Amino acid sequence: MTAILEARGLTRRFGGVVALDGLDLSVTANEIVGLIGPNGSGKTTFFNVVTGIYAADAGSVTFDGADITRASARAVYRAGISRTFQRSRLSLSLSIFDNIMIGNHKNLTQGLWFNLFRRDAFKREFEAGYQSARALIEVFEPRLASRMFEPVGALPMIDRRRIEICRALISGPKLLLLDEPSAGMTHDETTELMDDILLVRERNKNLTIVIVEHEMGVIERITDRCVVLNFGRKIAEGPYRAVAADAQVQDAYLGVA
Amino acid sequence: MQEKAPLTSVWPGFLAVVAATAFLIAFLDVERPAIVIALLAGGIVAVVAAAWSGAGAAVGGSFVVHEDRLGLCAILGLVALAVVFHENHFVLLLVTTVLLYSVACLGLNIQFGYAGVMNFAGASFFGIGAYTSAVLNTTAVPHLLVLLIGGLLAALIGSVLLLPVLRTRGHYAALVTIAFALLFKTFLEVNDVLGGPQGMQVKGMHIFGWSFNDNIEFGGVTLSFYMNYFVLSALLLAAAFIVVRRLERSWIGLYLDAVRLDETAASCFGLDIARWKVTAFTTGNFLIGVAGALFGMVGAFVAPNNYTFADSLILVSILLLGGIGNPWGVIAATAIVVIVPEKLQAIQEYRFLLYALLVILVLLFRPEGLLPRRVRRYFAGSP
Repeated sequence: MTAILEARGLTRRFGGVVALDGLDLSVTANEIVGLIGPNGSGKTTFFNVVTGIYAADAGSVTFDGADITRASARAVYRAGISRTFQRSRLSLSLSIFDNIMIGNHKNLTQGLWFNLFRRDAFKREFEAGYQSARALIEVFEPRLASRMFEPVGALPMIDRRRIEICRALISGPKLLLLDEPSAGMTHDETTELMDDILLVRERNKNLTIVIVEHEMGVIERITDRCVVLNFGRKIAEGPYRAVAADAQVQDAYLGVA
Repeated sequence: MQEKAPLTSVWPGFLAVVAATAFLIAFLDVERPAIVIALLAGGIVAVVAAAWSGAGAAVGGSFVVHEDRLGLCAILGLVALAVVFHENHFVLLLVTTVLLYSVACLGLNIQFGYAGVMNFAGASFFGIGAYTSAVLNTTAVPHLLVLLIGGLLAALIGSVLLLPVLRTRGHYAALVTIAFALLFKTFLEVNDVLGGPQGMQVKGMHIFGWSFNDNIEFGGVTLSFYMNYFVLSALLLAAAFIVVRRLERSWIGLYLDAVRLDETAASCFGLDIARWKVTAFTTGNFLIGVAGALFGMVGAFVAPNNYTFADSLILVSILLLGGIGNPWGVIAATAIVVIVPEKLQAIQEYRFLLYALLVILVLLFRPEGLLPRRVRRYFAGSP
């Protein structure tokens, strides 16, 4: 039972607002952790600090034994953490394939000479990338596999979410951060998406997932353990049923009188 | 394996290239103002009709699938044009100008169209190339090498702007380049070594003992000396086109798009934002500089007033008009912007009013430009 992600005393302020207030949070390798709490409790800020979009004001984050507190977004990605965004952040004018391949950046050749003049080698890399992107999207929605070169902007929200998750998965990350994957989708669509995520994890046992979610049904079904935040602090931790029964959690979040 | 390519015939594209070539030759040939205006109106009606009737889409489809072959057809069209106007100095100079401005706009397209780095100093980098020829053509440096040096100098001097461009975004980065454009012109005007406000003569090109500024006698036929520049410019444009196309159809093209569209998401997937902006800005300026160096030799004269902020704006408007990110659109728009005002000399300064009107109309009714960019296909004809 080793912790793959470990935050200690993590603090982040925005002016007078303390978004993360000395948060201690540990995620064990290969588990699925749900991160829940009311709006503004610091869930997304936690993701942004871990992935290097925001710098931490205090505290530390270690991932896979290395300190990534001050690492840039690029370094965090290369270390094996990838994420989705609460508000879908796909490039709408680009194709499905293009969007997914952005996530595969660390496996692609960067050199100008290679890209411009070694077109045969480039084509081989393209074919390999195409096969893996296609295999991945087949898991989520086989219908999309034949539309790889159509712009993402024409697709409904659920397909965009699927593509965003494929983009996060294609590089084979060790840790996946899902920020409200159900936002903007119906109940049935959410259920379908979660089944697909579980299927991907079924095939790749080494994938650890932290999921921020407001749909308690989702949290109950897929997480091994839950962490509840309020005002940037951890107020409860444990299996969903135990956490949901906690009086403090009910008061802060679930709103059960 | 990949999906089957859509069944799209090469013929609509081929016919479009033939029609465009015939129209261009006719338009360049006529002199009487009334006929010029009639032809222009006819051309506009034909294009609008093609767009509405779906013929435009068919042409677009065949360009997607058969781009390589249609590119060759376009080159043959240029050859036909050269044959028709083989002794016409004016037309060959005009078309050479189109070719070289197209190269410069393709450079701008990498910066602005792909990476989203706005450059309102395009004419300045073009001028750096031209002044490079003015200075170096009097020395023993081989003239083909001068073209290369012109490009490298534009890229090098452009790198002075990298720090402020990387530290700012959007409009602020654009302001940095505007400041540079103004500075550059003032620098040329006060600098006596470079001829001051009067400018400098540029010696014509000589390669391997071949003088570009002599008419060519060819089996009893006399070819205008501009034919030399025309051929070299066409080769340069073909090379620039291939480089820009390959750039777009590579991972780098994908990264440039990702940087333009969402820097935060791009950095979360490991993209080095600064690296790709630098790559785009530098390669773009290199292309602009090479085109400028050759243009300096073609025009035989350089002066600060030819490389002003207003000229940079023309280059940017070509990009907006043609369709940001589409090299075919860039070339078509350059032809329109360079040739039409020359042929409309009869209506004098009103032609610029017309040009401004055209840009406003396109932005209103077709904001993606005349030939909008399509979704990336990594190989010609692939799905």
